[in-house]
Amino acid sequence: MKLALLAELNAERQARRAAVLATDTASGEARLIRAAELAGAPLNGSALGEAVADALRKGRSGTVEVDGKALFLTVYVPPVKVVITGAVHISQALAPMLRQVGFDLTIIDPRTAFATPERFPGERVLAEWPETVLPGLAIDAYTAFVALTHDPKIDDPGLEAALRAGCFYIGALGSRKTHAGRVARLMQRGFSEVEIGRIHAPVGLDIGAISPAEIAVSVLAEIIGTLRQPT
Amino acid sequence: MHTNDDDILAAAEAWAKAGRAVAIATVIQTWGSAPRPVGSHLIIDGEGNFLGSVSGGCVEGAVVAEALDVIESGQPRTLTFGVADATAWRVGLSCGGKIAIYVEPIQ
Repeated sequence: MKLALLAELNAERQARRAAVLATDTASGEARLIRAAELAGAPLNGSALGEAVADALRKGRSGTVEVDGKALFLTVYVPPVKVVITGAVHISQALAPMLRQVGFDLTIIDPRTAFATPERFPGERVLAEWPETVLPGLAIDAYTAFVALTHDPKIDDPGLEAALRAGCFYIGALGSRKTHAGRVARLMQRGFSEVEIGRIHAPVGLDIGAISPAEIAVSVLAEIIGTLRQPT
Repeated sequence: MHTNDDDILAAAEAWAKAGRAVAIATVIQTWGSAPRPVGSHLIIDGEGNFLGSVSGGCVEGAVVAEALDVIESGQPRTLTFGVADATAWRVGLSCGGKIAIYVEPIQ
């Protein structure tokens, strides 16, 4: 691979844009295909374009046969970001688990008694309102958003931003009754039933979790499930 | 600490820009149980320093040796390791799987 090509690939990854490297392993020739190029000519509708789109959708690298040539497609999708509102007990349990899995975490909570470095050693904790800091966090389709405060003043602006940004996972803590109130508020704010249906509530897989750490496991499992087995 | 392949490719670019000879090894196929998924990278410099992993430790030594040849010749090559292969048995892919690794120079 040419160094210039590697630099281009790294620039795409740095900017959190999905890309695929197509390598002819027989000749060593390689070509970078940015996700954004798939919509236009000449890739749109071509055999190569479809193979790349399929690999990107599955997030899976592999060899494909295109026009009689074997090409190895290396898929680069941005690393997962997780943004949580609520510097609460569940977040404290989630933080080291996310680190283990390699997800990048940001916790937002305007309540300064909760959002302290002592409670979250080594984590990015922002003692600010979501509407203040979310624009700077550039949440996207490779972001999971989890609302854990139980307080609509804090959680709702975060959920709205997550819905608008098309986060691949959106979860919100709270009973079915709490969620019904949330649905009503979001509808009033102009979100459709289908959009609101993207919110996982109650949050986490139903594994009978009781302690904050167990709930953290169920939330993390649900995030991974949504990432790896998109419906 | 380099916990994912993204950091590793950034390191490959930094190494090459610092004038080091660099090869990238990529898992391109796996059969049966394999410790690292397709697309995983290992980078190697001309001194035999390496970063990343393609097998969780089983075949890295052999890949590094081949990578030095690739750096020398400038020609990419594909390596396979598996239990069916006597050489691979020696380097020991203990999981019983088989993997193909593409090794290419950065030019």
